[in-house]
Amino acid sequence: MAPKTPASCSIVLESKPSALDGICQQILTDLKAFSFSEDDVFGVHLAFEEAFLNAVKHGNKMDPTKTVKVDYTIDRGKVEIAITDEGEGFDPSAIPDPRVGDNLYRPDGRGLLLIGAYMDVMEYNDSENRVFMAKYSPKPENN
Amino acid sequence: MADIKPNVQVDYTDHATVVTFVDRKILEEQDIRGLQESLNSVLDQMDDIRLVLDFRNVEFLSSAVLGLLIRLSKRVHERNGKLTLCSISPKIYEVFKITQLTKVFEISDDVENALADLA
Repeated sequence: MAPKTPASCSIVLESKPSALDGICQQILTDLKAFSFSEDDVFGVHLAFEEAFLNAVKHGNKMDPTKTVKVDYTIDRGKVEIAITDEGEGFDPSAIPDPRVGDNLYRPDGRGLLLIGAYMDVMEYNDSENRVFMAKYSPKPENN
Repeated sequence: MADIKPNVQVDYTDHATVVTFVDRKILEEQDIRGLQESLNSVLDQMDDIRLVLDFRNVEFLSSAVLGLLIRLSKRVHERNGKLTLCSISPKIYEVFKITQLTKVFEISDDVENALADLA
């Protein structure tokens, strides 16, 4: 039976790839508690890890003195996650489509595509150092 | 059969080398660097490259692993070799489909079919 109140968390983590393990496990546990499907759990897991690693690598440029903030809320049929880094931001529209032409053979640039594919919402704030993503189950119409 | 720590098992058949990923999840930078080194050392030992990558154990991977596979594929093709991926779970296959890497890689259902394709 799903919990009666939403699960939520706000935490500031060290900016290193291994820092995502604990919070990721917590998110997966909460998703399962709210009866998200295996496919949804896989998709949110993938999107979260890609977004967190983007924050560490591309946002904070692997600077271990910086931090990554994670905020999430999981409720029945809805998961919302925001990841904020301390970088200068980047223009997501400037990332070339990795599916087009020779980009298909580039070794990088697929993280955003995967986040967008598995989440129903992916938005950057104006300074582009914070990504908000959400997934709904079932998906809302016209989305 | 040989184990190359930490990430792969290598089996040699008459006409191909089969590399099986041992880990369920391939994500972290050091995992990927280790994997890259392991795969490069396998390639360095081969004259005529016929390589099968077996994903039977892999339940989760990051886009960085896709990058590793692209780099590996380039090395194989530079040496006129052949590379086939196999035993990819439906969830992982979906990642290949989304990124359209199904156009880049030969993908077989299982090791037997992969070996037949390379024969």
